[in-house]
Amino acid sequence: MELIFGLDHKRPEREPPEGIPVSLLRQGRLPLPNPSELEVLRHYTRLSQQNFSVDTQFYPLGSCTMKYNPRIAHELAVQRGFSRLHPATPARAQQGLLQCLWELQEWLTALTGMAAASLTPAAGAQGELAGVAMIRAYHRRLGDSGRTRFLIPQGAHGTNPASARMAGFDVSEIPCGPEGDMDLEALDRALGPDVAGIMLTNPSVLGTFERQIAEVARRVHAAGGLLYYDGANLNAILGRVKPGVMGFDAMHLNLHKTFATPHGGGGPGSGVVAVSAALEPYLPVPRVGRDSCGWCWETRRNHPDSIGQLGGYGGSVAVLLRAHAYIRRLGAKGLRRVSAYAALNANYLLKELQRAGYLAAFPQRRAGHEFVLSLQDLRETTGVRALDVVKRLLDFGIHAPTVYFPQLVPECLLVEPTETESRATLDRFVAVMAKIRREAMETPEILFGAPHHLPVKRLDEALAARRLEVAG
Amino acid sequence: MPYIPHDPDETAVMLATVGLDSLDALFDEIPAALQCDVLEIPDGISERALRREMEHRAAQQPDLRCFAGGGVYAHHIPALVWEIAGRGEFYSAYTPYQPEASQGTLQTLYEFQSCITRLTGMDISNASLHDGPTALAEACLMALRLRQDRNRAILVPATLWPHWRAVLETILGLQDIQLVLLPMDPGTGRLILPEQGLDEREPAAMIIPQIGIFGVLEDVDTLSLWAEQQGLLRIAVCSPYALAMLKPPVEWGERGVDIAVGEAQPLGVPLSGGGPYLGFLACRRDHVRQLPGRLVAKTVDREGREGYCLTLQAREQHIRRGKATSNICTSQGLLVTAATIHMGALGADGLQQAAWESHRLAVRLQSLLLDIPGVQGTCPGPIFQEFAVRFPLPARYLQDRLLEAGILAGIPLQDWGMGEDGDMLVACTELLDDQDLEEYAAAIRQILQEGRLAWN
Repeated sequence: MELIFGLDHKRPEREPPEGIPVSLLRQGRLPLPNPSELEVLRHYTRLSQQNFSVDTQFYPLGSCTMKYNPRIAHELAVQRGFSRLHPATPARAQQGLLQCLWELQEWLTALTGMAAASLTPAAGAQGELAGVAMIRAYHRRLGDSGRTRFLIPQGAHGTNPASARMAGFDVSEIPCGPEGDMDLEALDRALGPDVAGIMLTNPSVLGTFERQIAEVARRVHAAGGLLYYDGANLNAILGRVKPGVMGFDAMHLNLHKTFATPHGGGGPGSGVVAVSAALEPYLPVPRVGRDSCGWCWETRRNHPDSIGQLGGYGGSVAVLLRAHAYIRRLGAKGLRRVSAYAALNANYLLKELQRAGYLAAFPQRRAGHEFVLSLQDLRETTGVRALDVVKRLLDFGIHAPTVYFPQLVPECLLVEPTETESRATLDRFVAVMAKIRREAMETPEILFGAPHHLPVKRLDEALAARRLEVAG
Repeated sequence: MPYIPHDPDETAVMLATVGLDSLDALFDEIPAALQCDVLEIPDGISERALRREMEHRAAQQPDLRCFAGGGVYAHHIPALVWEIAGRGEFYSAYTPYQPEASQGTLQTLYEFQSCITRLTGMDISNASLHDGPTALAEACLMALRLRQDRNRAILVPATLWPHWRAVLETILGLQDIQLVLLPMDPGTGRLILPEQGLDEREPAAMIIPQIGIFGVLEDVDTLSLWAEQQGLLRIAVCSPYALAMLKPPVEWGERGVDIAVGEAQPLGVPLSGGGPYLGFLACRRDHVRQLPGRLVAKTVDREGREGYCLTLQAREQHIRRGKATSNICTSQGLLVTAATIHMGALGADGLQQAAWESHRLAVRLQSLLLDIPGVQGTCPGPIFQEFAVRFPLPARYLQDRLLEAGILAGIPLQDWGMGEDGDMLVACTELLDDQDLEEYAAAIRQILQEGRLAWN
């Protein structure tokens, strides 16, 4: 589509303001267009129609938890009493907001079985950074600055090693065994006085529950390390297993996954962190506290050992409000149903896809909220790759599952249906996948050329990087 | 069951397919000792009860005329901005990893990148970072990667907002990067450059805020030239409405800056008590390989049709893992969408009109306040939309008193551990009018008079 910059009407030039030296002012016109309001409305409405979204398509996107985003949460979060509030407003003029945030902090602490939480991290990756930074601060407080290495399981989310590196750590990977559980002998070999801790998600990126988690925690703690829980897969165990009980010391929650806040085309998210009592002093500030006058923002003055501030203010407040509304609406029982039906949908879908001829990467294991398929057999017999299959899915109005992740399973799809999809939607997905499998056998060229019915066909990503035309 | 569609029959059939007889059995691989039955969370409530409760909570925040800034501002947001950004196709979409199914988001991000390059004059902008302060922290890390011949240190001016500096301390501190403070002249609110040039510490870059902490416009050319002479990379800190009026960072000094960052919240993003916001980061073309965050490029499909996709993903954590340029996983997608629509809806003319009006109001309020006996200016230099003023009573007390008049009077500088008791940072935007200014000044006059009576 044409760019907005083509929609331009001339406007008169403006006199420069008095009192500002010319040398500090912009010379010449500001190179932005002047479209009419209707032109703007049409332009972006039409662009929106070129998107897939949860509101319009099924999104079985592993590790992303693309569930329905309840509209009541949006409506309530953008009320003017919240949306027009400047962060410098004195606490006594924001008690309604602070009460919501304080409750959310309490609820998330309870849900995770931790001792305390801080709402400030702006996204999961920032929560991870906060987590490893707290673990670093903890060791240093004990006078131990020799712990320079973090362990992660093979195939972990890419943010894990990147966050550990941002906090100045080196990273080592621990392999997993044939059933997806961690190789404990390899763990023992990796542990030592230079290990600060381990970053894990459970269920793992393979969609299976790490059954030896209590033993992993025991061994890491015995070696002086701490455990960080990557909350990306929390939807699988919500209200059933608390990371604190599994032995984790610090964690983040992705509110845009588990707590139904929107993904928004890639942000804004929220990566609330929760920690055990030992790490509580190091939580990032500001935190929401309570004193004789009501609720308040607590800063470094209240928490001198804090790792500090990660963003300008108290976090993604409007996202936090949506998560607050979601938890309040569902309550304890509703939250436990989330994990139950997320698991039911995943296990049902896995069985039905196996029946349609697809191979599970870990057929002997119960799926958590998601599962891994390998299309290696299809590749060997037909030349069709996982990428071709997911591009063909787009033609049927179904978003691609996560593809080529986790990297340790060849030609894999990571499929996560979420609890908000109906059986009928899952059945249609299975029927489409069965049809695509037949196409792969009979007319693979249809798949190689897919998608056929979208606004554009497969894009030349190599050309994009070579030309690097990134502004118009 | 909120948001879960299954009826009992469907549940039973699905369980049978899996070969189980209860939902709890789905968790049979989890050791029983780890499972919990009780959650310390209240029972759920209906949508109507929730609405009632939350409307009550929202109503506890009084409607205030906003004179507070400090990097985030209450500008007017045209109605159509969130009308469109709130459409489900934008609101509930995923990160555009599947470009064929995400052309709407991708073109919008591309237009955002284009708008930022047009505002700053820089070659390349990414598709946003978490907020202004984190964008600055990322810019510093980027500068250190670009100048590995230099010490791991950054020149940080005392004119930078303290909450921005706090974020630098957190993030750069993790990698033991040194922040070398450049002092400010408290009489002018501007930076003091060292006469001798730099000492042996040789930092990699210097941060240059276009507008100082007391609202005074910096002499950006002099600062940039000095930094050029010292062989430093220059990182500009800019605000989008100010850029509608002021010199773009590409023109600062002889050679322009290397990286420009800022807080883009004023572009259509509600203040929402502190977030979420979005930071922008723009740079010269030859620095692009070290750019953190998402980047969208134009390309063609198999049939030669134009389209958009993410590019240079080899810089990013999902490909490069521990060697990525940043751990950031995404952008501030929906807010980028809103900011892009906002710039379109205002257009160049609307953006400048708002900037000019904000400036006019700030200059007028400054003079109204300085006319009040006992009120002093702090720094005399030119301002854009914000200025510091010294009241004869504590700023926190005045801020509290003005709440009664429906006014958020500004930011007491003591909140930032700066200045004197009476110092307040006051900002204006086009949402205010002349009557608001007069009421602000009248309220101050009244309180000061009471104060004097009380003293007598």
